[in-house]
Amino acid sequence: MESIVVTGVGAVTPLGVGARTLSERWSAGVCGIRDGEGACVDFDPGDFLSVKEARRADRFTQLAIAACAEALADASWEEELPYDARRVGCVLGTGIGGIQTLVDGQDTLRERGPERVSPLAVPLMMSNAAAAAISMRHGLRGPSFSVSTACASGAHALGCGLRMIQAGEADAVVAGGSEAGLAPLARAAFVSLDALSTSGISRPFDARRDGFVMGEGAAVLVLERSGAAKERGARVLGTIRGYGSTSDAYHVTAPREDGQGQADAMVAALADAGVGAEEIDYVNAHGTATPLNDRAETLAIKLALGERAKQIPVSSTKSAIGHLLGAAGAVEAVATLLALRDRIAPPTLGWSEREEDLDLDYVGDGARPLQVAEGRPALALSNSFGFGGHNAVLCLEGT
Amino acid sequence: MSTAVTEDQIEKVVVESLESFGADPGQISREATLEQLDIDSLDLAELSQIVQERFDVELKGSDVAEVKTVDDAIKLIATSV
Repeated sequence: MESIVVTGVGAVTPLGVGARTLSERWSAGVCGIRDGEGACVDFDPGDFLSVKEARRADRFTQLAIAACAEALADASWEEELPYDARRVGCVLGTGIGGIQTLVDGQDTLRERGPERVSPLAVPLMMSNAAAAAISMRHGLRGPSFSVSTACASGAHALGCGLRMIQAGEADAVVAGGSEAGLAPLARAAFVSLDALSTSGISRPFDARRDGFVMGEGAAVLVLERSGAAKERGARVLGTIRGYGSTSDAYHVTAPREDGQGQADAMVAALADAGVGAEEIDYVNAHGTATPLNDRAETLAIKLALGERAKQIPVSSTKSAIGHLLGAAGAVEAVATLLALRDRIAPPTLGWSEREEDLDLDYVGDGARPLQVAEGRPALALSNSFGFGGHNAVLCLEGT
Repeated sequence: MSTAVTEDQIEKVVVESLESFGADPGQISREATLEQLDIDSLDLAELSQIVQERFDVELKGSDVAEVKTVDDAIKLIATSV
């Protein structure tokens, strides 16, 4: 089957605006977490949207629009679409969609009555709003929809985009994820769940880890068939070699302790890619820094990769930006792709205290060069595991 | 029917609302069409709400649909007050 390549990437994250900004700062060990959360402080909607456009978009949509603008420019799609518009799809993942709009609407309802609830409330809060906005803004008339699998949404969106092209339903897909859920309601809910870090420090795989740090942001990738990309002279960043998707069917918030569901997804991604464990050079972990995930995921990586697990670096982007929930899978795919291109294993910031059985190489000493066999492209697995037991793994190759 | 509301007051509210919706202040005039100002049905739904709150006026959906210019909007509200 023909390869599906990535020709453009864009991102807005707590490390700043821009995909390269994310990649460079993460590799340099910069932390985008301030006061216990990962907010996109450098993001100004006015840089990307007119007054009218900004008020027609919840923040999660604004972030997606900005990330998409960068991705399309990166793919040299700005002037006009290189394909028939009806053959270009759009799939965006989000965990909760326009939660801030929803909260504001509820406040209005309670304080001022139903007649004062804005006519814009529904169009802004609906979780497909970002996919719709991007489809409208760029004239994408192929299939467009949003996917929702909590913390795996972004990865599932990329998987859906991949399959859409492979199935012949589109020639290209604009795919990614966005989340802007730093509302007090969401924070309080995660705290009540005991899932949020009380220290406000994101320490994936470290013995002192105490939960995840909430973040917001968005990332978008442009996916095309390799042949068509080459024909139009596109610069190829990398390839989505494979995608694996499984379910734990176990518990709504806790992963299977034996890591089996996660391992199955990793194995499925490898099989889909036609790649053996020994060819993987790096694992971008889900690595939320919750006691449960990091232990189960370590087990899963060992189950899936066998001997290879101990030979390669495993790190978590969440150590630098926090957990971007529905956007995480897409943001981390972008960061992984750029790291593969640079042949760098990015760090797990702040990792230093080892817990028994969490015995992989978590790159705690800062970024280092990737050890890749001569003449081969660098390959990685990128893991995303969502509440509800939804597991999505991507096998990525950097050009 | 409120005698305290003048057409000037209505115009002020309409113009302020259109500006808040993103219309270019420099382009707003009585004769300007909603299309020129990039004002659509969602904006008119919001305007109806604002008008309801400010002037205690209920605008009929079918009447709002007939509004094509800023002047039409002001006149409609004035006759409903």
